Amino acid sequence: MPHMDQSKIRNFCIVAHIDHGKSTLADRIIEHTGLLTSREMQAQVLDNMELERERGITIKAQACRIVYKAKDGEEYIFNLIDTPGHVDFNYEVSRSLAACDGAILVVDAAQGIEAQTLANVYLALDHNLDVFPVINKIDLPSADPDRVKDEIEDIIGLEAHDAPLISAKNGINIEEVLEQIVAKIPAPQGDPDAPLKALIFDSVYDSYKGVIVFMRVKEGRVKKGTTIRMMATGAKAEVVEVGYFGAGQFIPCEELSAGMVGYITASIKNVKDTAVGDTVTNDKEPCAEPLPGYKKVNSMVYCGMYPADGAKYPDLRDALEKLQLNDASLNYEPETSIALGFGFRCGFLGLLHLEIIQERLEREYNLDLVTTAPGVVYRVHKTNGEMIELTNPSNLPDPSEIAYMEEPIVSAEIMVTTEFIGSIMQLCQERRGRYIDTDYIESNRAVLRYDLPLNEIIYDFFDALKSRSRGYASFDYELKGYEESQLVKLDILVNKEEVDALSFIVHAETAYERGRRMCEKLKEEIPRHLFEIPIQAAVGGKVIARETVRAMRKDVLAKCYGGDITRKKKLLEKQKEGKKRMRQVGNVEIPQKAFMSVLKLDE
Amino acid sequence: MKKALSIYIHIPFCVRKCAYCDFLSAPATREVQEQYLHMLMREIHEKAARYAKEYVVKTIFIGGGTPTSVDADLLCQVLEKVKAQFEVSVDAEISMECNPGTADKIAFKKYCQAGVNRLSIGLQSTQNHLLQKLGRIHTFEQFLDTYQGAREAGFTNINIDLMSALPGQTLADYEQTLREVLALKPEHISAYSLIVEEGTPFYDMELNLLDEDTERMMYELTEKLLSEHGYHRYEISNYARKGMECKHNQVYWERGEYLGLGLGASSFLKLPWKDDAPSEKEVRLRNNSNLKTYLDSDFSYEEELVLTGREAMEEFFFLGLRQMKGVSLIQFAEEFGEDTIEWFYDAIGQNVRDGLLVQEGGMLFLTKKGIDVSNLVFERFLE
Repeated sequence: MPHMDQSKIRNFCIVAHIDHGKSTLADRIIEHTGLLTSREMQAQVLDNMELERERGITIKAQACRIVYKAKDGEEYIFNLIDTPGHVDFNYEVSRSLAACDGAILVVDAAQGIEAQTLANVYLALDHNLDVFPVINKIDLPSADPDRVKDEIEDIIGLEAHDAPLISAKNGINIEEVLEQIVAKIPAPQGDPDAPLKALIFDSVYDSYKGVIVFMRVKEGRVKKGTTIRMMATGAKAEVVEVGYFGAGQFIPCEELSAGMVGYITASIKNVKDTAVGDTVTNDKEPCAEPLPGYKKVNSMVYCGMYPADGAKYPDLRDALEKLQLNDASLNYEPETSIALGFGFRCGFLGLLHLEIIQERLEREYNLDLVTTAPGVVYRVHKTNGEMIELTNPSNLPDPSEIAYMEEPIVSAEIMVTTEFIGSIMQLCQERRGRYIDTDYIESNRAVLRYDLPLNEIIYDFFDALKSRSRGYASFDYELKGYEESQLVKLDILVNKEEVDALSFIVHAETAYERGRRMCEKLKEEIPRHLFEIPIQAAVGGKVIARETVRAMRKDVLAKCYGGDITRKKKLLEKQKEGKKRMRQVGNVEIPQKAFMSVLKLDE
Repeated sequence: MKKALSIYIHIPFCVRKCAYCDFLSAPATREVQEQYLHMLMREIHEKAARYAKEYVVKTIFIGGGTPTSVDADLLCQVLEKVKAQFEVSVDAEISMECNPGTADKIAFKKYCQAGVNRLSIGLQSTQNHLLQKLGRIHTFEQFLDTYQGAREAGFTNINIDLMSALPGQTLADYEQTLREVLALKPEHISAYSLIVEEGTPFYDMELNLLDEDTERMMYELTEKLLSEHGYHRYEISNYARKGMECKHNQVYWERGEYLGLGLGASSFLKLPWKDDAPSEKEVRLRNNSNLKTYLDSDFSYEEELVLTGREAMEEFFFLGLRQMKGVSLIQFAEEFGEDTIEWFYDAIGQNVRDGLLVQEGGMLFLTKKGIDVSNLVFERFLE
């Protein structure tokens, strides 16, 4: 059987800083190739999860195959692989890039290069991709394409003089982008007759077909009936179907061969068997070695998730099970809290991932959740030589058993205009950052490099960064490793009772400040009761901060007017309903959202 | 035997909307007001045809808005219409709300002649700067004129409405208000503390609301001063000289039947399930509250709620307990049966344990602390 002519294939992705127009350009490319009519176009074709569209970000990598008839008269097959746009999903990004041969760099004509522009373009170059720039939003009044071209050439070192000047939103100059894809993105080069070697860059679970594996065939070929093996997980399966990605649908085909991007199904039951980055090979005739770069993905952020209504515990379990079918990076295990009852300790790639899962549970599964403060994974080295990875503060061993503790550290790059360097450096200091260096990339812009503890940035660092730079700073990070740190568990006592679900781990130096603010926050959140409620923060049994919720003294309805009893009753009912949404700890009712208070300490 | 009925008549007009007011009321042209009053008479006619033969009317309350802001003769005609269509008891209490500056002695005489025998005047405060802040249309001096006029016209039963916890109000201001009002010797005083309701201008304003302690002291001062002057508190916010309690309001707390007439007016009626059936259902109704359609003679109910047994019992508590004398558990057993009281054991027990209710001689009533947090007390009776 003749295999696909590789010279007519272009596998590429689009990289950009957030909001520079990546998804919009993807839409235009798909639209221009004529596979979809304008009417069929939803605003953003590639992002098809509801949440993605709302947040304007790409969560799962997606791919689309399109046919383009170029000016040279030839038809080309474009495989556009969309990559997630958030640092939580860095590893997924790197695997998607590895599935491509080239990348389009989109830069905003007004904003120029930002932190993620750099991070993403370096990531693409690291994967040996050929990158060509596109300058977007040229129709903005503040657009300055010449300056941006200079920036691209000076800072990144990419040739930019012939970069297409486009407006993805208004469909200006898209044709030129398509031509440059043909001209500047290299055709794949892999031996179709070598043993199968394909990279998994995503997978989704389908209740009829099982796991659908998204992959890029680097060498060899695969078709229905081939017995495949995932080289890292060792899972084996017989291929049931192969195909490629139409716009929003799967189109079966005979075989996938070197250079092609497509999918296979093989009655695989669990996405855990098809880890992103793993190499698919032919079980009978395996390739010599797997593709480089595979990593087992670990959860970076953990939190407790509890059903607001204890009776909904089985529903939450089922919902998590279903979500995990599609999301191998979601971890969970049952746990019990004295304050919150039965629930789960869940692990996520980052805070955004956590929020997405939380929202999906609430929206798609109609669950009302109580979520505890997210924390990172600490390493606790015990005096007996044992090391435990701590994901739940409540499980911290007695201090006498702890030799020392370590916390995860990230290398962060912050790009900022020079006027804000001072305030950003101060922020990093406050967050226990270790200054590495500063690179001036232009007379008025610089990249600050810091090592920062992950637990200082997971909550609100990005917001703080934005507010202290009037929105100009941009930020990117990657996990660097673990370092020893003076960490303590901060306990919260409400009416003299310790509330396990409110405990969190902090650096000893910030314990007092955090404890004080936590008490203040809880004072706002906990409604008045008939009695006075002390709220205390304690470290190792020693109280370091205290606030008091004063006793309720007045709770009277206004004038009951003209005999409208129904309305008064509704007010009483509303008030009562509000109390049902609270958790009883001892004899104190604590509102659900109070359990997330630690997230809002800097407000 | 005929059943007792109270009638509420709603006049949804005022000279100007006060900044804290969330009642169904607004300024309107004379023409609209007249149209409305004529419609009101038509409604009285229609409703009387449906209900009048079962009842004898014991109290009437003309509320608003500001009833005295409309044409006095027309308003008297409305009252005459009620008396013509319903059997109104000779000793019926007939109350009317009034705001200072909207009625003079001549008008008061007309109301008196039409049968109004109780007047409720909205004063709120005797400090003019506070009245201004509230968006009231009058000064204290204008109030005094109005009060004087009412007395001279022959009103012997007058209530004065007061408010505490106003933004900018000091304890001394409030004490002065109480003392100046007491000097006038009204028969009845209603004292509310300001509650900022959503949808009112106050809600969107940066108000300098009082600190809790001051608010609290005002609250205590009310009870103290008024009782020293011979007013007893018979309901959370209502004080009266002996025998001068507002009968109409008591009907609300004691779940007596009342018929609301006019825009958005509420009714509570015990109606037969079917014609001639012996058993009754308790229904809470609210009139159409759209002025435009009301003026097109739409007298339909926009809300009609048939109470379940449980709801009726809950009301028994959360309405009855507003009265200082409390509720009678014996009466409860008679009305709802001996056993159902068990449903409320938890609520009663909890409130008694928290020192919010006291049970004494078959009566259950609010303690002083219970009055302060009455919402919490009532809420516990809800399912």
